[in-house]
Amino acid sequence: MNFVVEASYFIATLLLILGLKRMSSPRTARSGIVWAGGGMVLATLATFFYPVQAYSLHPGSVGEGFSGQRLLLILLAIAVGGIPAWWSGRKVAITDMPQMVAIYNGLGGGAAAAIAAVELYSGHAYTDSLAVPVIAVAGAFIGTVAFGGSAVAFLKLQGWMRSPRFLGRQIVNSILLAVALLLGVCSIFPASSSILKIPEFWVVTLFFPACLVAGILITLPIGGADMPVIISTYNACIGLAVGFEGFVMRNPAMIILGTVVGAAGTLLTVLMARAMNRSFSQVWLSEFGDVEAAAVGDGVARTMQVMEVSDAAATMAYSEQVIIVPGYGLAVAQAQHKLWDFVQLLQKKGVKVRFAIHPVAGRMPGHMSVLMAEAGVPYDLIFDLEEINADFATTDVALVIGANDVVNPAARNDKSSPIYGMPILNADQAKQVLVIKRGAGAGFSGVQNELFFGPNTHMVFGDAQEVINKMIQSLREM
Amino acid sequence: MITGFTALYIFMITAFAGFEIISRVPVILHTPLMSGSNFVHGIVLVGAMVALAQARGPLEVSVAFAGVVMAAGNAVGGYAVTERMLEMFKSREKQQKVRQ
Repeated sequence: MNFVVEASYFIATLLLILGLKRMSSPRTARSGIVWAGGGMVLATLATFFYPVQAYSLHPGSVGEGFSGQRLLLILLAIAVGGIPAWWSGRKVAITDMPQMVAIYNGLGGGAAAAIAAVELYSGHAYTDSLAVPVIAVAGAFIGTVAFGGSAVAFLKLQGWMRSPRFLGRQIVNSILLAVALLLGVCSIFPASSSILKIPEFWVVTLFFPACLVAGILITLPIGGADMPVIISTYNACIGLAVGFEGFVMRNPAMIILGTVVGAAGTLLTVLMARAMNRSFSQVWLSEFGDVEAAAVGDGVARTMQVMEVSDAAATMAYSEQVIIVPGYGLAVAQAQHKLWDFVQLLQKKGVKVRFAIHPVAGRMPGHMSVLMAEAGVPYDLIFDLEEINADFATTDVALVIGANDVVNPAARNDKSSPIYGMPILNADQAKQVLVIKRGAGAGFSGVQNELFFGPNTHMVFGDAQEVINKMIQSLREM
Repeated sequence: MITGFTALYIFMITAFAGFEIISRVPVILHTPLMSGSNFVHGIVLVGAMVALAQARGPLEVSVAFAGVVMAAGNAVGGYAVTERMLEMFKSREKQQKVRQ
């Protein structure tokens, strides 16, 4: 590798790591992505000067450096992949961002797998020590499984796919994984293809679809509520796969950055799972859904108290303190901007309004904070679970909008509940609880909520956007 | 080049660095940071480009081509989404300054 390329890779890696570091603090976060972006552009440009054994499509012609034909092909590929990604990334609604992260993430896994495939097909991977094919196959395995899984996560969050469960799925999954691993091991030792009595080419070619199907089937039964943990896990996995393929390609930038993402992603996954009070094995064995059927049965017979929109607005206007608990329903209704207008009206009437954000409100940890930021709600009104939970008891009104599990007292009291033990916002301890909700059904996770039947709770049924609009009207008329 | 135990040492130190880099991240940045780290592994683009440049024959070329397409999608899409998420944090700081 020549000096300029090596130096560029070094600086690019530094920029990307510093960017990631800056992204972990609110003050510097915005500049962090710009630094990282600069690093990525530098690394990409440097690669055009990478000294390769270049082959043109016509056999026989070999030269140093990228051939003109390949250059065009690379630029075409970048355009084909990059332009739709840029367009979709710009256009997508803030609420739909988690599934976009899932799909972009999966693409990275696919790319790592493609690199491995090329190295295995070409025989490059077998020239050195045994470590190279082992790592190439390991990276391909992780990358392809994560690619299939991320695609399923995307489809589920997009609402295009349910969570089908079939009998004996664990056995089928185990068999598939075993087949994929066997094909993987055979890919490491090309000589072993004679034992399987299939050509070497087919061992490698069958290995990838086997991993892909395994990834899809493993992810299929996992419920939508657990998807953040799944996406985060795959993010870490793909980081690792990229690091592995970096070893195969002898590219230190890929090794370092892939491993950093692998480690950082693992930590993020742990933090998320902890916030949701779910363990890895629970999520991956999709235990959630099996318990929920039993939990839904309770409490259906009891009635909820319903309140008119104008009465709800008046209740808040004449109270001293209001804590708002926003949930995903708010974001789906695109009502966060209206909500902030409503809060400003309340503030003019002298009401002290604060926002209580549960760590896992929304579809991903921190998702709700992004949505609130988009609406222009200032930092100093937004409080974490630990910061505000003690204050609910002294608050006049807790307004729950489109949130469900994060305020479900069953997490505190009911040992049989699937969400038992999850830290929740103690909205039920407020003097009065108002809940804006689309309908009387159970939430995203399918768990029924005791809070809605509480003696101090009133339900305001309707689309969050419409309800808040009406509340703004009634406040103006007051 | 990096081989054997040197590679293992680098792997170990880098993994620790990865933990350290994000160990003090506030919850509000979890989603942007996941998206940001997703962008960072878009560096796979570099490897995919080299693989495409070195590929021989139609099979290898088409697989490598798909690799570059996917890697570009990872990097570009990851940047677009992360930048949009973090853009909001910037606008909020501005608003606060205006109010002060």
